[in-house]
Amino acid sequence: MGLTTVQLEHKAIEIRQDIIRMLEHAGSGHSAGPLGLADIFAALYFNILNIRPSEPEWPERDIFFLSNGHTVPVQYAAMAEAGYFDKEELLTLRKLGTRLQGHPEREKLPGLENTSGPLGSGLSQAAGYAYTLQYIEEVSHRFVYVVMGDGELNEGNIWEAAMFAGKNKLSQLIAFIDRNNIQIDGSTESVMPLEDLKGKWESFGWHVVEIDGNNVESIIDAASQGRAITNRPTVIIAHTIPGKGVDFMEYDYKWHGIPPNSEQAKLALEKLRTLDGKITHEGAGV
Amino acid sequence: MSHYPLNPDVFNDDVALEPIRAGFGRGLKAAGEANEAVVALCADLTESTQMHLFREAFPKRFVEIGVAEQNLVTVASGMARAGKIPFTSSYAAFSPGRNWEQIRTTVTLNNQPVKVVGSHAGVSVGPDGATHQMLEDIALMRVLPNMVVIAPGDSIEAEKATKAIAENGKPSYLRLARDKTPIFSTDESPFEIGKAYVLREGAEVTLLGTGTMTYQLLVAANILAEQGIDAEVVHVPTIKPLDEATILASAKKTGRVVTAEEAQVNGGFGGAIAEFLGEHLPMPIIRIGMQDRFGESGAPNELLEHFGLTGAKIAERVKNWAADTPRYHQDA
Repeated sequence: MGLTTVQLEHKAIEIRQDIIRMLEHAGSGHSAGPLGLADIFAALYFNILNIRPSEPEWPERDIFFLSNGHTVPVQYAAMAEAGYFDKEELLTLRKLGTRLQGHPEREKLPGLENTSGPLGSGLSQAAGYAYTLQYIEEVSHRFVYVVMGDGELNEGNIWEAAMFAGKNKLSQLIAFIDRNNIQIDGSTESVMPLEDLKGKWESFGWHVVEIDGNNVESIIDAASQGRAITNRPTVIIAHTIPGKGVDFMEYDYKWHGIPPNSEQAKLALEKLRTLDGKITHEGAGV
Repeated sequence: MSHYPLNPDVFNDDVALEPIRAGFGRGLKAAGEANEAVVALCADLTESTQMHLFREAFPKRFVEIGVAEQNLVTVASGMARAGKIPFTSSYAAFSPGRNWEQIRTTVTLNNQPVKVVGSHAGVSVGPDGATHQMLEDIALMRVLPNMVVIAPGDSIEAEKATKAIAENGKPSYLRLARDKTPIFSTDESPFEIGKAYVLREGAEVTLLGTGTMTYQLLVAANILAEQGIDAEVVHVPTIKPLDEATILASAKKTGRVVTAEEAQVNGGFGGAIAEFLGEHLPMPIIRIGMQDRFGESGAPNELLEHFGLTGAKIAERVKNWAADTPRYHQDA
């Protein structure tokens, strides 16, 4: 029923191309994070999440909260690819009157579960939803997913939520950390060291999985492991390459908060198309 | 004008006293009985904020958050997304004092019906001192789009207000006081979100009160009457949205307006009235409350006296002001 790995990789490349087009057109926004997250979002929207894009409020759906709202172009691109809205609308990103606000606003766009931007609050919201499912509704077949940044883990609110979820053994809560090692002022370890990150989450009572966050199979496996763990919340430390897919952006923290200009966008799209060709060429069973 | 039934004992020395927060505790339990979607979250102050009544009645729907006010309102926001009507409580100094941005983004911009209940507001918190005497909460909450702001005048009204915000479908702030305060209303007294009530009709000066100060204005009006000044007392439990019609009618009638609150007048209730009258009926007014300063330790009644917030002190202030202040807008 689901897409093959190669098909998912193609979705990720489609999403990356849309991100470049959107950001170039918008003239502002974040490049590195969304590109690095494209594989996770392809896996979420085309495999992991039990959702109905034509029925965003479907009561049986899984819930996805984006905590680091500045990466929302990747979510918009994935949602458009999944059929929540027409792809043409992607080019309205950040324009006056758009449903695609610079940072996500729930009431503007059906399919968004929360409003975020100021960092640190998404894990709590996901925990609140997961608590409701587990202890009040007593429903065990629905899951709550959240994506956080790694720089975002500087926020105290995150650790309040980590304590809360650990105490309550919120087993339907599955969190992704986009471990790309960059934040605005430089590398995460120079700005405010996070390591031992795995040890920190384990000591808060979480099941921790570390994966290559640009490998869709690993992402899907980790999420499935998270769903199978019934006595703890799961956090997936997903090591990603910031700017992934566009070689001149990869690993360069300067691309955290800026968009490509038209020349850079053209070059980036060429790189991504080349990548696309490679996958088609190498991949079996497309 | 409909008659507002006042507690017949309101001016007796043995008028019944009860903390406003006690009314919240009863109201929350009643709201929980009326609607299964009501849930309650507390930041390690369950008895203090009177949420224990709800916890005992509905243990499954009560969530202990610990001393983590940012998590308090954001977990509530997530529960609201799951269809719940979450009431969150702490001391007002901490919630909304510490978690304003989380309230702004995940409750009001996100437009979820989370109820922020700030207990122990005002200087009448007493001996704990300035750190715990929240005075800026009205300003912090009323500036937020989508937020409803209510400061009930006594415990009976707090119970009604709690039940009302459980069903209004909106982000709401409920301001509560710690100390026992006189009960001036009755079970039959009206309460509706967005309505102000004329408790005493008068012709020469309008006294607008919110929260604990309304009782003090009733006392002040009696003293003023003995001195030949006919004061109208209007109780304004809902600070946002304001009952503009009732306030405007009274201000036009008397031509002199005084506000009273146990909070910073800057940005607070006095600020709200000054903004409103400045646009619709400009006139000099006086704003009784905290004048750009913090509180301090002391007994609650000593502090009210010290800061000029008792009926007698307010009457004195109003009398002196009225003596050399004309009644505005009376020519029509």
